[in-house]
Amino acid sequence: MNRRHIISVLVENHFGVLARISSLIAGRGFNIDSLSVGETEDPTISRMTIVTRGDERIIEQITKQLNRLIDVIKVTDMTESPHVERELLLVKVATPTAQVRSEVVQVVDVFRAKVVDISATTITVEVTGDQDKIDAFVEMLGPFGIKEMARTGAVAMGRERTGRANRVTSETRAA
Amino acid sequence: MATTTTVQPIITRPASDRSIWRRDMEGKECTGAEIFVESLVREGVDLMFGYPGGVVLKIFDELYARRNQISVITPRHEQAGVHAADGWAKATGRVGTVIVTSGPGATNTITGIATAQMDSVPLVVFTGQVSRELIGSDAFQETDAIGITRPIVKHSYLIESPADVAKIVRQAYYIAGTGRPGVVVVDIPKNVTTEKAVFEWPETVSIRGYKPTVEGHPKSIQRLADAIAQAERPYLYVGGGVVLANASEELMELVNKTHIPVTTTLMALGAFPGTHPLFVGMPGMHGSKLANIAFQECDLIVSIGARFDDRVTGKLSAFAPKAKIAHVDVDPSSIKKNVKVDYPVVGDAKWVLQELNKIIKPRQPNEWNRTIAEMKKTHWFKYKPSTSVIRPQYVVEKIYEMTKGEAIISSEVGQMQMWAAQYYKFDRPRRWLTSGGLGTMGYGFPAAIGAQLAFPEALVIDIAGDGSIQMNIQELTTVVQHNLPVKVAILNNGFLGMVRQWQELFYQRHYSSTCLGNIPNFAKIAEAYGAKGLTARTHEEVVPVLEEGLAYPGPAFMDFLTNPEENVFPMVPAGKALDEMQDEEWA
Repeated sequence: MNRRHIISVLVENHFGVLARISSLIAGRGFNIDSLSVGETEDPTISRMTIVTRGDERIIEQITKQLNRLIDVIKVTDMTESPHVERELLLVKVATPTAQVRSEVVQVVDVFRAKVVDISATTITVEVTGDQDKIDAFVEMLGPFGIKEMARTGAVAMGRERTGRANRVTSETRAA
Repeated sequence: MATTTTVQPIITRPASDRSIWRRDMEGKECTGAEIFVESLVREGVDLMFGYPGGVVLKIFDELYARRNQISVITPRHEQAGVHAADGWAKATGRVGTVIVTSGPGATNTITGIATAQMDSVPLVVFTGQVSRELIGSDAFQETDAIGITRPIVKHSYLIESPADVAKIVRQAYYIAGTGRPGVVVVDIPKNVTTEKAVFEWPETVSIRGYKPTVEGHPKSIQRLADAIAQAERPYLYVGGGVVLANASEELMELVNKTHIPVTTTLMALGAFPGTHPLFVGMPGMHGSKLANIAFQECDLIVSIGARFDDRVTGKLSAFAPKAKIAHVDVDPSSIKKNVKVDYPVVGDAKWVLQELNKIIKPRQPNEWNRTIAEMKKTHWFKYKPSTSVIRPQYVVEKIYEMTKGEAIISSEVGQMQMWAAQYYKFDRPRRWLTSGGLGTMGYGFPAAIGAQLAFPEALVIDIAGDGSIQMNIQELTTVVQHNLPVKVAILNNGFLGMVRQWQELFYQRHYSSTCLGNIPNFAKIAEAYGAKGLTARTHEEVVPVLEEGLAYPGPAFMDFLTNPEENVFPMVPAGKALDEMQDEEWA
């Protein structure tokens, strides 16, 4: 059964590592939805978050093949355990009239998004959330006319399992 | 006065010999080239294959200074240099070394690198690179060696500073030779060879992202032992991993305790004696009928260091329908890649077999053993003898008889590779050098050179075809230059035989580009280079030519003009199940 998986990969933070990972993914014919990369608390280590789809066998191969790379330190499939997932979206929407602008701002409020730039005819908004939330937001803005859009791809982090108190469910489920 | 030498001596000394270390370099400022060559010496490199060029001049100058410690063999094409290092590594079990220049020097190594990587051969390939400040400027003989080789190496490095040279050389050899072995490419910009840094030798290697699992988990080994104890019809499927792990003795101990029939893949011929009663032959497309039927009939496959390659399994959905599968491999990604596995064990073949032998319940031969023994009488390799033509199988059989199975055999790729695998019985590992995974024509001759350099006293024979020998025939110069007594037996049918066979069987005999037409006189070519050249035109001439050629004290080409439209049988056509084998019509 094809399922969406979020795979978190800790890698050496040096020359050529991203090329190695993307070359592996392309060369083995794996499909990925997104890949994001950035430094961690340890400047010698980067974290890559890969969102991919596949059945159990394919996901097992992806994690094993990633583990084979010398520059890969740790591979974790986040999907199976509680985790927080976030993606950032920047979107520029056409707002030819004040009427449209206020309608867009209403949507922005509901999604707890933030206006980051505004002009006479456009408005640029940032929003974070999991994939479903971002997708829903884009769907709501679509009819207004999206001029430009940039998504970061997901980043994720495992939850601490110290009790329900730490799970800010109202926040994560907002909108 | 400086003396010049045209041929460097071939050095033999133990890899652990520390008396030649230049201790005076420690803690001192040295050039990158000095550090580089000293690091090779400390890694135990005593022989390498090197083709010089502009950006590696400084390194070759340092190699000249240390020529009594490292022999540099110069092939006549960089591809052959990599294959030679591959053959050397396969025959010795050590990590092979190659150095080439930038640009075309680096690109010429690609086929050799891919060949070695596919067969898990440990190599370190050093490529020269233009100076750091020129990288990316399309400089003369600049190419992105790291980028080009990325999908076909185990790992690669670009050295950015002379201070990193020793550490990276050390890591490169460690990575190439441990876990599932493979190729490491190290790209060295010219400025790194000339600039200076303080030399410090790292005694130990630790790489946080690289910790091969050698010790198989005791529970998984116990489950494997239990599965073998419960099986009625167990079957050992042995791959190249057993050769790489030097685990033949442990395998023999397991078989002595359990009497399980054994098949060895093309890569593993010799890991288990080819003359042993429980040996059922090589499996797969051109394997024995017995080995393939055993897959279809067994109830437990115990795979050790094999990878369920498509040439072995045939049509995957029809493969081994009655069997549970146990899979021992040092590379976790090999397990469950192609088939569903019931008993996985991640670990080194030698380690796992040692542990398994401690707990395995002795098993007595049963009905399954009797069935196998009975079938072995009829389901073995055979061909119709002929005296009117030279049958290539006959040549291989004679080579086997005359060398008493003691030779090191390399092969090119195609029909003669399969005949060599079918008719030469290997009783010991590391005697059979072939390109199994990539299937590289032109591999055998340089690989034989590598093996001959490793074992100067051994009889080394390349079983070649008239097509593939021409892919690296220029290495005749190398064998003559170093007086390496490599023998080449050319099974000359005037065709690219294996492709022609497929055209005959599946493409209505449309011999598109496979008829080579003008075949050169190989004996004369050999003579022109200064080697011995012999030709056998009739069946009767086969044995005399072999006798003369094999006894000749130097390099020799033996050209056998064989039956042109000979086919390799039995054969499982691509996409068919293992029990749908075709055989020669008369059989």
